[in-house]
Amino acid sequence: MKIRELPAHQIHKLLVKKEISCQEIVSETFKVIDEKEKEVHAYISLYQEKSLRQAKSIDEKIKNGETILPLEGIPIGIKDNICICGEKTTCASKILENFISPYDATVIRRLKENGLIFIGKTNMDEFAFGSSTENSYFGPTHNPWDLERVPGGSSGGSAAAVAANETILALGSDTGGSIRQPAAFCGVVGLKPTYGRVSRFGLVAFASSLDQIGPIAKDVTDSALLLNVIAGYDPLDSTSVNKPTPDFTHALIPEVKGIKIGIPKEYFISGIEPEVGKNIKGAIKLLEEAKADIEEISLPHTEYGIATYYIVATAEASANLARFDGIRYGYRSKNSKTLTELYENSRAEGFGAESKRRIMLGTYVLSAGYYDAYYLKGQRARTLIKEDFDRAFEKVDAILTPISPSTAFKIGERIKDPLKMYLSDIFTISANLAGIPGISIPCGFSQQKLPVGLQILAPVFGEEKIFQIAFALEQKLK
Amino acid sequence: MKYETVIGLEVHVQLLTDSKLFCNCSTKFGEEPNSQVCPICLGMPGVLPVINEKAVRLAVKSAFALNCKVSKFARFARKNYFYPDLPKNYQISQFEEPLATDGYINLHPHLSPGASLPLREYIPRIKEGGRKIRIKRAHLEEDAGKLLHEGETYSLIDFNRCGIPLLEIVSQPEIENPQEAEDYLNLLKLILKYLEVSDCNMEEGSLRCDANLSVRPEGKKEMGIKTEVKNMNSFKSVRKALTYERDRQIELLEKGERVSQETRLWDEKSQITLSMRSKEESQDYRYFPEPDLIPLTPKEEWIRKIEKEVTELPEARKKRFIESYHLSDYDAAVLTSQKPLADYFEEVVKQFRKPKLVSNWILTELLGRLNSQHLTISQSPLTPTYLTELLQLIEDGKISGKIGKGILLKVFQTEKSPASIVKEEGLTQISSQTELLRLVQEAIRENPKTVSDYKKGKERALGFLVGMVMRKTKGRANPVNVNKLLQEELKKI
Repeated sequence: MKIRELPAHQIHKLLVKKEISCQEIVSETFKVIDEKEKEVHAYISLYQEKSLRQAKSIDEKIKNGETILPLEGIPIGIKDNICICGEKTTCASKILENFISPYDATVIRRLKENGLIFIGKTNMDEFAFGSSTENSYFGPTHNPWDLERVPGGSSGGSAAAVAANETILALGSDTGGSIRQPAAFCGVVGLKPTYGRVSRFGLVAFASSLDQIGPIAKDVTDSALLLNVIAGYDPLDSTSVNKPTPDFTHALIPEVKGIKIGIPKEYFISGIEPEVGKNIKGAIKLLEEAKADIEEISLPHTEYGIATYYIVATAEASANLARFDGIRYGYRSKNSKTLTELYENSRAEGFGAESKRRIMLGTYVLSAGYYDAYYLKGQRARTLIKEDFDRAFEKVDAILTPISPSTAFKIGERIKDPLKMYLSDIFTISANLAGIPGISIPCGFSQQKLPVGLQILAPVFGEEKIFQIAFALEQKLK
Repeated sequence: MKYETVIGLEVHVQLLTDSKLFCNCSTKFGEEPNSQVCPICLGMPGVLPVINEKAVRLAVKSAFALNCKVSKFARFARKNYFYPDLPKNYQISQFEEPLATDGYINLHPHLSPGASLPLREYIPRIKEGGRKIRIKRAHLEEDAGKLLHEGETYSLIDFNRCGIPLLEIVSQPEIENPQEAEDYLNLLKLILKYLEVSDCNMEEGSLRCDANLSVRPEGKKEMGIKTEVKNMNSFKSVRKALTYERDRQIELLEKGERVSQETRLWDEKSQITLSMRSKEESQDYRYFPEPDLIPLTPKEEWIRKIEKEVTELPEARKKRFIESYHLSDYDAAVLTSQKPLADYFEEVVKQFRKPKLVSNWILTELLGRLNSQHLTISQSPLTPTYLTELLQLIEDGKISGKIGKGILLKVFQTEKSPASIVKEEGLTQISSQTELLRLVQEAIRENPKTVSDYKKGKERALGFLVGMVMRKTKGRANPVNVNKLLQEELKKI
């Protein structure tokens, strides 16, 4: 295996043994970026000089015989909706094109404390609105497996960067599948932690009750290592849960004997590409052979997931995005005579089409006369979906599903059909509505050599169970 | 036709916390614009609010004082509207699940204390009878910033105030007239200041009031169409604005016209209300539960603890003053009109157990002096210890009451203790009988005409002679004593 393809836990061993320097790793990363970035376009900003400087100081540390932390000196790409103090946080929007954050997100502070090296900010759908990274003001990201296809979204830049070896690790954010679906499309590992496991402080909010930051990595071990760093209670986020964080690497046992895994029948009906279904079934078979208890279960309210999600998420988004008004920071339209014109023009010129669509949807469902019929009904449906999972987890330890009905689709194929685009999130959305953790791991390829993703879901704070099953499957699928 | 007026008041009071409702910024008033701000209260991308526990505590305390039910499940909500002083373009407030509901206050025959200065406004305006005004709800919310319209083509924004904790107290629409509205506000202020949850300073904006008013023919059950009146900057202007608005509405109805539902602004200069916006233009705030904050679910134990922190309120304290100190209704009312004043009184009484005398000194001597020097009771150079000392000196016969009043003045000038002033200026009473007798005999010798007048039966001549002796002693003699000595000496002639 080439250096550029190694996961973080192997790089760490080489660093400790002084077989490679941190500067070599960072240089190699930027070499790959030089080679591929023109085609992939995974990044919005790059921090070459800073990261090399940081690498140098870590090399000094190693030279002096100091011990380094497990992810110290490891390159990481950050989705451009997470704030790094003194750097641009654009959310891939014209309205924040030149916005420089005055503070660090809590996850950024934790990454800094653990010595990770920021390579740059990765591309995304504007404000995380999308499933293809085509809704970026800075242009789409291309799938490294097939440049004519999308990398998925909204964390498409992060997933593509890891898949193309333009970084070793990356952070994404997941509101309805935005980490897991691009991880599946790009053949990498993406985890959406339990709601409240990772602080949202410093993540530019899309839908506050659904958003979670999570790791995107080359394998399950790296994913556990990165979650170790970013997880934990944060007094700055009232929705973060005050609960001790275990060492997730302890859960990496290649053993599934006796673990009860549910297969929801509602996830295997029409609409799934045969190639996807075949690969998932293959993985289920492997688990059965390893003596896991596979059981069919039912999540009866699955069909309401998309509708519920687009009510709850857009309602919250419409308020969350109200602050981008051209008054204090961000894009301000120059041709305005009155306050109302200033608001209208700045937002009309600053937001992309999908952002406007979701702001309007969210505003509508909260409006007087519609609130009960949409927002309140949506909240009730959300409770029903959550209860589906509660009941299921009384019987099983984890649930296994495909990530997406299809593999990566072509750029431009769905952008004109928002509804079709929304429907591609059908298998990932429920986890956000229920607040439960979910992982996407690679599960073979289609005939067109496109990666297929498999999802494992567990009850809240069940990340260890997820890691165990994912790790075991990863070993068998190798 | 006779009309009834129906008034409901929405009062915002700033809670006395050191930091803002959702961040650590200072709440200090009058600082350099935009010096008390951070990414959180400026609504920067990615920030999250964290509730200030002290603000919740003060709100719960207020709720108890206003006899409200404290909710076991309260939730914040986003109130959405665009305005440059609101950085997130939504205000974090409470809507369907407020912190407190269903309370009341008693407008009893207590006084209406005005602002803390000048003190003459303490003087009670005792009302006949009492009335209960119910409180619909009280909830927590954050304040907005302040727009400064300085230029013709631009405005500036000061965000120092943005995020300061406010308690909104909404009365039921059952206040009957503008005077009652003023009384309600005065009592609310008295209670909240007593609890030390707010300083209720209308000039600094720590108390603001909006009013809803409608009129209807007397005896009619159905409510008339209401208007909302804003922009009053004192309790007095609330009364004046409501009086104007009531008369305006009645005049419209008398002319057979309709009152239109609208928001009106009180114009202090011209003393009228002007239309600001109509119901049709009124905003849809699209409230929904704030997903960034978890619901407030205070534990029973915590709530009980705060309930116990609610100190004795003015009404109860006044009653106790009357009962245990045997003060008049009026005196007790003035003394309890302000917590520091009542505390002052009780501190003195603790050491000098003549409550009526203490009350007289405070009400007639001390308050007058403080008033003329524009000082509050807390700023008084005559501390409770000094007043105790002064009263004790009089009680022990070391100085006369008249001298005592002079010493009070000197304490204000020099801030020295009464005992040291007495000592320095040699003001102790002449207690030596020989000394006094010498002066009495001197006065008799020097005023033969007066003496003969007295002998002829002019009783008033004695008073003149007492005055002469007092002048010689510079007031340091006991007048009763002098009177007695004079009579004895005159008998000998």
